[in-house]
Amino acid sequence: MSDLTLKTGQEGSTSEQFKAYFSRLRAGEMGALPAVGALVFLGGLFAALSPFFLTLINFTNLFVQSATLMMLSAALVFVLLLGEIDLSAGVTAGTGMAIFVQLTKGGMNWVLALILAFILGIFIGWVIGTFVARIGVPSFVVSLAFYLALPGVMLMVLGDGGILRVEVPEILAIMNNNLPLWGGWVLLAICAATTFAMGLWDRARRLKAKLPARPLTFLYIKTVGVIVLGGVTVYLMNQNRSQSSILQITGVPIVIPIALAILFVATFSLDRTRFGRYLYAVGGNPEAARRAGIKVARIRTTAFIICSSLAMVSGVFNISRIGNVESNAGKSIVLSGVAAAVVGGVSLFGGRGRLAHAAIGAFVISIIDNGLGLIGMPAGINFIVTGSVLLIAATIDALARKRSGGSLLRL
Amino acid sequence: MSIPTVQLSGVKKSFGPVDVLKGVDLVAYPGQVTALVGDNGAGKSTLIKGLAGVQPYDEGEVLFEGHPAKLHTPREASSLGIEVVYQDLALCDNLDIVQNMFLGREEVSQLTLDESSMEYQAALALQSLSVKTVKSVRQKVSSLSGGQRQTVAIARTVLRSAKLVILDEPTAALGVAQTEQVLNLVRRLADQGYAVIMISHNLADVFKVADSIAVLYLGNMVAQLKTKETTYNDVIGYITGIKQQVGE
Repeated sequence: MSDLTLKTGQEGSTSEQFKAYFSRLRAGEMGALPAVGALVFLGGLFAALSPFFLTLINFTNLFVQSATLMMLSAALVFVLLLGEIDLSAGVTAGTGMAIFVQLTKGGMNWVLALILAFILGIFIGWVIGTFVARIGVPSFVVSLAFYLALPGVMLMVLGDGGILRVEVPEILAIMNNNLPLWGGWVLLAICAATTFAMGLWDRARRLKAKLPARPLTFLYIKTVGVIVLGGVTVYLMNQNRSQSSILQITGVPIVIPIALAILFVATFSLDRTRFGRYLYAVGGNPEAARRAGIKVARIRTTAFIICSSLAMVSGVFNISRIGNVESNAGKSIVLSGVAAAVVGGVSLFGGRGRLAHAAIGAFVISIIDNGLGLIGMPAGINFIVTGSVLLIAATIDALARKRSGGSLLRL
Repeated sequence: MSIPTVQLSGVKKSFGPVDVLKGVDLVAYPGQVTALVGDNGAGKSTLIKGLAGVQPYDEGEVLFEGHPAKLHTPREASSLGIEVVYQDLALCDNLDIVQNMFLGREEVSQLTLDESSMEYQAALALQSLSVKTVKSVRQKVSSLSGGQRQTVAIARTVLRSAKLVILDEPTAALGVAQTEQVLNLVRRLADQGYAVIMISHNLADVFKVADSIAVLYLGNMVAQLKTKETTYNDVIGYITGIKQQVGE
């Protein structure tokens, strides 16, 4: 053993670790648990209420439908962690996509047009970030200005009709085409191997530094969990889910590996790099971060740039799914993105929350949308339920933190 | 006695027409706690800000370990080994102890943050100061008591290989038990060979840990006394200006 006497939180046997986990839960560190609970509850509820909910096609549809929102809420996490907000993330994506579609209609190579759209996203993020970080205008106001202005740009780009069809097969394929059957299994193998390898990597580094490390059992449980959950998902998606007898639809939708890869890279940068650490630090206490020598303004600007860029990805997903771009694109979805992040336990006051949890929150919001639609509820009910879930999630979170003794507002 | 870690002589600082420091002398030795006392407005903060390089002195000589030193920016002060623990501590509540102790100086290996190495060093630094009260070094700072936070902030200076640690009112706003904890820590810090300058309003604390007491009165260093050779009443006399004795 090592010469350390202070605890690091990784000592003890498997059962002691479980005990420690439950005591953390009781202390109010619930993480994504409320969101996962809501997911299970809503899933069960809709399965009981609608025979169509658990069909293969709807199961796959859920993932496809939630991808756009998931990517947008992931984008917003970067600015929410700073205690900022970007109301314009949706319309930024819409504007980028309007330009993309118009350019490809004019005969430009679609890859080049896509790059230009992302450059626009980076530029808008940089402008917002500069106004917020260097000049000191509240992000709510700066992004509200863009939220009001960018639909105008979209309208001018799209012309009088205000709507254009997407005619790039590669873009349409993202949401509408599927991987071959073996592709799903390869994807699963990659996910399981990555989980296992990352676990071993962390463990090796701890042991090298002579620190206590969790028993390997945890890594086995985690990896088996990924294999079982992922295995069931891939198996179900590989079944023929077509409603008609002439047509076969099988395979994991192409959007899933793309979304997973982006979420992985984003999570990696938040958890394992200096930039991620500084993002949390600036969100927690900007003054402390500044005194520690962190370039606060640069971190803020970078966060807005990442937000706009990831929002652009969600824009690509969106036009791929609905097949057109209109001058209102992205106006309403941005608040759902914020709601998704909050349901997932991301704090609007900054410094607290995880990307994966926001993704789970997005799944909750999407499942409400999907399920209520299936059981034939009027659209009005949908909005009311979504609002209520948001309020409940935020309340559970606030109460849990109150119990843990932390202040209600800041962390 | 060994070479003083820091020796100030004839330090002056004025803001416009107001002379805040009127030629101040101060010495701090390694392994000793030097208390800096004085009434509000005596110039304690200005003296400290000069040492930290935040507000450079206008005039006067600064010797650091016997060599003339320039303290024009916080970076210069920090590279010499001068670290200040401010009253508000400047910790990030949402980060854990290790993350706070390495904030701004994270170690990177294999292209990612080297959490293991940082965790090990942070735990060692806390252990070297005989800190036992924290449950785990991965505890969030938000869950720590005031005394524990102060401990983390002080231990952070050890990690930064400080030679002179300046503490601004480390026991203000702490309860009795926690004050005791922090004072013990300050003592151990000095016993490990660091030079410690502690600003305090609480004379009981000062007499408990300080080896020498420097008294500022309206911008003049009226006395720097050995704790053993002085009394409460003397020090209060100097602070309030009833007693006068310029120089050593």
